[in-house]
Amino acid sequence: MSVSPHILLQNVTKSFGPKPVLNGVDLAVPKGRSLVVIGGSGTGKSVLIKCILGLLRPDGGVIEVAGENAVGLKGEERDRFLARFGMLFQGAALFDSLPVWENVAFGLMQGRRMDRAKARDIAVAKLGQVGLAADVGRLYPAELSGGMQKRVALARAIAADPEIIFFDEPTTGLDPIMADVINNLIVDCVKRLGATAISITHDMASARKIADDIAMIHKGRIIWQGAAAAVDHSGNAYVEQFIHGRAEGPIQMDVLKA
Amino acid sequence: MNPLAPIGAAVFALLAEVGRLAYFTRDALVQGLTPRIYAGQILRQLFRIGYSSLPVVGLTAFFTGGALALQIYLGSSRFNAESLVASIVALGITRELGPVLAGLMVAGRVGASIAAELGTMKVTEQIDALVTLSTNPFKYLVGPRLIAAVISLPLLVAVGDTIGIFGGYFVGTRSLDFNAYAYLKNTADFLKLDDVTSGLIKAAVFGFIIALMGCYHGFNSRGGAQGVGRATTNAVVSAAILILAANFLLTSLLFKVE
Repeated sequence: MSVSPHILLQNVTKSFGPKPVLNGVDLAVPKGRSLVVIGGSGTGKSVLIKCILGLLRPDGGVIEVAGENAVGLKGEERDRFLARFGMLFQGAALFDSLPVWENVAFGLMQGRRMDRAKARDIAVAKLGQVGLAADVGRLYPAELSGGMQKRVALARAIAADPEIIFFDEPTTGLDPIMADVINNLIVDCVKRLGATAISITHDMASARKIADDIAMIHKGRIIWQGAAAAVDHSGNAYVEQFIHGRAEGPIQMDVLKA
Repeated sequence: MNPLAPIGAAVFALLAEVGRLAYFTRDALVQGLTPRIYAGQILRQLFRIGYSSLPVVGLTAFFTGGALALQIYLGSSRFNAESLVASIVALGITRELGPVLAGLMVAGRVGASIAAELGTMKVTEQIDALVTLSTNPFKYLVGPRLIAAVISLPLLVAVGDTIGIFGGYFVGTRSLDFNAYAYLKNTADFLKLDDVTSGLIKAAVFGFIIALMGCYHGFNSRGGAQGVGRATTNAVVSAAILILAANFLLTSLLFKVE
């Protein structure tokens, strides 16, 4: 890689109390690429993304975005930093007190202080991009199905045309067809924006669809990283076990241990 | 095991909680009460915390005023001092029972709902979502609730004082055979501005405590429905205890015999 990576993590560590969650994570994502981080439940996938966003503060290590330090930012610096990002949360995390269109336009109106009418037009356009009609905008999140909520959340994540988008378990809890619809939308939106993307998932069908590169996290470390196509012949026993979903292998589920 | 260990652990846990609360209070004041100010959110909370609490506070004050009149009549009649009923009812309501009972009722009503709402937003990642949309949750959620509560409580107590005195008047004239004119004249002649303002100062402090406890426990709730339930209980219990403690402290500070 000749150009410096868009997102760079070096030896990032994070513990909750005595329990280490990230154990020295190294990761580099070039601009405009889509990286999917795979790994089992509780391996630190969500914590990884939250550390990059500054929602959690890492205990140690370096996190850089576009060559700039991303740890411990405050005030306006942090606002400017966060304006680069869009994030799709696992449970959609829509604001249930606001109608759908205000959810989508929230970052534009609150974060960027755009006027309501203009923000509303953009919200309707973004809803259209994820395949939702304009009149859905008047409904409240609780009136939508899980798949539609995910679409609205996706529209919200891309509303401000971010240069980096994070997807936290985008297909969890959806039926396979809706999952594929969401995957297609993700690919479409990321390509359209030319954004850099990091997704975390344990859904291999989703990972294959949206990834340019795949990295596997296990016990708080990146144990394998490569092009998406290479994942099937990684030669790594952990990756093999994970992508084929076998109970037997080097990854032991801590089922009986307290 | 060292028999003193549980005591030490409990002390450490208590100190850690006090520290967390202190940090939260600092953030609430420094971030929550400085621009940007969300006027729309403040209005919304004024309606929710203030206006919607009127019936509860009014009813509480009315019945308390009535009961107070009966009890004071009972006590004062033993010294042939029945003429004191009106002025002592007014004093008791404005200085003590008005603010304390309104504070406790609003803590139950509003403190619980703030904790439940923010707790749900926390566990469904809506608060994280706010951050990723370049909106500071302390400014958007905590600040407006604190401001609205500090404004609302004195207003509620002012209304409650009036209704409470009327409750005493109602019982005094209906069942204790006081002359209506004399009762009101007694009330007006003996009540000082200081009696009312000291109660309103207390009310403002109670409002701050209620909103702070609701926000603190909401922001720190974790673990789904059970966690939100626990946060709600803790918000009400801690607000109630702090209100009673602050009441004692403020009464001692504002107490002066002319």
